[in-house]
Amino acid sequence: MKKIEAIIKPFKLDDVKDALNKIGVTGMTITEVKGFGRQRGHKEIYRGAEYQVDFVPKVQIGIVVDTDLSDKVVDVIKETAKTGKIGDGKIFISNLEGAVRIRTGETGSGAI
Amino acid sequence: MKKVIFTLLFLIVNFTLVWAGDEPPTTESNHTAIQLVQTHADYVWTLVAAALVFFMQAGFAMVETGFTRAKNAINIMMKNLMDFAIGSLAFFAIGFGLMFGESATGWFGTTGFFLSDFKVGGDPWVLAFWMFQVVFAATAATIVSGAMAERTKFSGYLIYSFVISALVYPLFGGWAWGGLFHGGGWLEKLGFIDFAGSTVVHSVGGWSALAGAIVLGPRMGKYTKDGRVKPILGHNMPLAALGVFILWLGWFGFNPGSTTAANKDIAMIFVNTNLAAAAGCILAMLASWLKFGKPEIGMSLNGALAGLVAITSPCATVTPASAIIIGAVAGVLVMFSVLFFDKIRVDDPVGAISVHGVCGAWGTLSAGIFAIDGLSLSVIGVQLLGIAACFLWVFPTTFILFKLIAKTIGLRVSPEEELEGLDLAEHGGNAYPDFEVSSYGGMVTGSGPGATKPQPALATSKQVEVS
Repeated sequence: MKKIEAIIKPFKLDDVKDALNKIGVTGMTITEVKGFGRQRGHKEIYRGAEYQVDFVPKVQIGIVVDTDLSDKVVDVIKETAKTGKIGDGKIFISNLEGAVRIRTGETGSGAI
Repeated sequence: MKKVIFTLLFLIVNFTLVWAGDEPPTTESNHTAIQLVQTHADYVWTLVAAALVFFMQAGFAMVETGFTRAKNAINIMMKNLMDFAIGSLAFFAIGFGLMFGESATGWFGTTGFFLSDFKVGGDPWVLAFWMFQVVFAATAATIVSGAMAERTKFSGYLIYSFVISALVYPLFGGWAWGGLFHGGGWLEKLGFIDFAGSTVVHSVGGWSALAGAIVLGPRMGKYTKDGRVKPILGHNMPLAALGVFILWLGWFGFNPGSTTAANKDIAMIFVNTNLAAAAGCILAMLASWLKFGKPEIGMSLNGALAGLVAITSPCATVTPASAIIIGAVAGVLVMFSVLFFDKIRVDDPVGAISVHGVCGAWGTLSAGIFAIDGLSLSVIGVQLLGIAACFLWVFPTTFILFKLIAKTIGLRVSPEEELEGLDLAEHGGNAYPDFEVSSYGGMVTGSGPGATKPQPALATSKQVEVS
């Protein structure tokens, strides 16, 4: 099993979700996060004082899939989340030791 | 057939009236009846206006919470609730008598405490007048809660609320307005013009706010060691804007209501009030646009209020064209004042000192400069005297009051409480329990030297299940 964490631009979430559903991904968890990479933030003003906002809002998608689906998932995310502009995000892939479905107690592939 | 029925009805009604024994109307009874209608109208207008001014409390609450952080929202609500509630009782017990009681010296009143002027079954005008005046006193009191937001001990604030409504506000108010009831102040006898209270209400509040903000010190993280200002963002601009709209509405009671009479004068006062607010708003917006490259919401909102505060003194005695100029000047003045106080490191989260203190003084001065009767140096002199007298009474008194509170029960919360948020620390509550309130608390990272990194105590993430 692989755990795939993708940090993407928030407005891309629906496109990525639909594309993943089409290739057979049956669940995911999203988290609203803030972050920056080489894309820095921007300047704002408030009551006459300027300040720099470094952290940019992003969405983090967490998916657990069988190893043989993981490359496909990464490709799909890469294609649908891309805008070509700075700040598109990143995908991290890690090995997952185990998973459990709480309702039934199934483990392994039966849990995802 | 219809004609017959109507004629019959007409005859029956008139016969009944005559038979009932009504006296035929005389000139005197007509005069009395007309006076009564006018008196009733005076009551209605004064009390409707009082209700409008009361609603300004909601406006202040929304402005203050919009411009401050979510973790202090409950505290802002509590302070605004209490300065009205405590102010009402303090003004009932002590303040009204000091301000409007009979005054041998012209400096303070000595009758009318606990609304003793009212006898059950007697003339209720004192009640209507008191109701109108108490909402004005409460306006002055609540100005301060904005400048002292996010780091003031609640118990200390309660004491201040009582003292300003019982003592500080009524004393100066009596000098300027005592003659509206049983008193007679030395300042008004010199011809001081402050129709609805640019100085009596707004400068009193503004200079108290200045004293409070100075004694308190700035919020943690607001100013860096190398002199930069690090903005602490308000958590809800729509609420702040709603607050300004509510205040603008309430001001239509504040200014025209100060006639305490239903007559045609209120029309020009209404118009002057609106024009000054509009001009202040536009000029502040333009000023922020020119200075910062974008029209900024905080300054624009402050600009509208600045115009309203400024026109409060001259609203009955200047032309509409003058009202526009007065408001416009206030709009520019308020922006530079906000920047100035930040420069001298007096932290005022909502701009209360600039809006109410500084623009209150400008408005009072403008009543002399733009007086419809014409420019007169002696009139301007009295205006300046009143402005100075207000500052010299209010600022030292409230400064001492806040210092006393600080030395006894404490005025400022501890650093831990300030970081945690007053909602939890002082009130054991959470204003937005369904939301994870960011513990960054609006402290944004600056770039360059002296910038602090945020230290989250709570996570900002929300887990959302999408199946």
